[in-house]
Amino acid sequence: MQEFFNILVKSIFIDNMIFAFFLGMCSFLAVSKTVKTSAGLGIAVTFVLLITCPVNYLLNKYVLQPGALSWVSASLANVDLSFLSLILFIAVIAAIVQIVEMVVEKFAPALYNSLGIFLPLIAVNCAIMGGSLFMQQRDYSNIGDVFAFSLGSGIGWFLAIVGIAAIREKLRYSHIPAPLKGVGITFIITGLMGIAFMSFMGIKL
Amino acid sequence: MSKNSSLITTPFSKNNPITVQILGICSALAVTAQLKPAVVMAISVTVVVVLSNLIISLLRNTIPPRIRIIVQLVVVSALVVLVNQVLMAFVYDVSKQLSVYVGLIITNCIVMGRLEAFAMTNKPWDSVLDGLGNGLGYAIILVILGFVRELFGSGTLWGFPVFEKLGLYSIGYENNGLVILAPMALILVGIIIWIQRSADKSLQEK
Repeated sequence: MQEFFNILVKSIFIDNMIFAFFLGMCSFLAVSKTVKTSAGLGIAVTFVLLITCPVNYLLNKYVLQPGALSWVSASLANVDLSFLSLILFIAVIAAIVQIVEMVVEKFAPALYNSLGIFLPLIAVNCAIMGGSLFMQQRDYSNIGDVFAFSLGSGIGWFLAIVGIAAIREKLRYSHIPAPLKGVGITFIITGLMGIAFMSFMGIKL
Repeated sequence: MSKNSSLITTPFSKNNPITVQILGICSALAVTAQLKPAVVMAISVTVVVVLSNLIISLLRNTIPPRIRIIVQLVVVSALVVLVNQVLMAFVYDVSKQLSVYVGLIITNCIVMGRLEAFAMTNKPWDSVLDGLGNGLGYAIILVILGFVRELFGSGTLWGFPVFEKLGLYSIGYENNGLVILAPMALILVGIIIWIQRSADKSLQEK
């Protein structure tokens, strides 16, 4: 249980998707104009991460890793399918996003309306794919850790986008040099927020 | 002919994928702490954009609109798998440094953006030129970032110790460690945007 919370806190603050790895920057910059829409996108990303990461973990563990197929028959123990991981991960993500969209539309129309266009776009959000690839690279030992990692990454992403959206709402009343207006100043503020988040880096968990 | 050359040249400045279209930021920031991975990444992305633009443009009349995103993803990820295998075979150390960001070319918004905005509606040759232009536009920014960050962050260029040879350390110069860290990459892109938009007023936002 302690391991679970360690990974959770680590992936929210220390290995924050936006500030440490720049994942999902495109939608982060494009959508963060108001707090309301960015909260919607943040929830959608967390939700999809929570489903895709564990599924891809099982896929990696039982199909793709070197020797993963030995549960089928002993003769397959030498098979290494890891070169297929990119294409299978993105296929799983695209399929799950499609399924999630249909399920949410059917059973939670209010949530579906508030997420709107963001849900289908998440299939090509780097944060989702990056989550699966980091999960594969860090080699988590069991599925509980993967849940902690995906929940933490999602919450970290949510915090980052809501934070920047709140700052941008206030910025509308400031005098910014004309060439920096819009994206320019957003980049610089994200950098400053990143420096603030770096103060978590010394924490050992 | 002038149309063709403008397809290649506008992404350098007026329509740069990173500073104007704001696409493909993730990888541009993450791999530019040193020049060498930045150049390798730029070449990989250019190859993927050109080839996927070509393939999608050839298939554009046969792809049903409802499933086009899936088709695009399959084409792009097949190309990225190839690039990944080539990198692992020939430049293994760089491919280790790039880690997950090679795989993330699949979700790089430049690739999907150009497929969606250009290759789905244009002829193959135009699409190849458009892909080449955007790939090179992306490459320019990566090279600038990689150059500045490696030079001021570690005092080297392509691993060659420039500042040490110039004798700057003996007169008290120190490397700026902040430039290598993640936040500085964002601030540098902000500064590039600032300079570009000061020079070209038409790009400024209201």
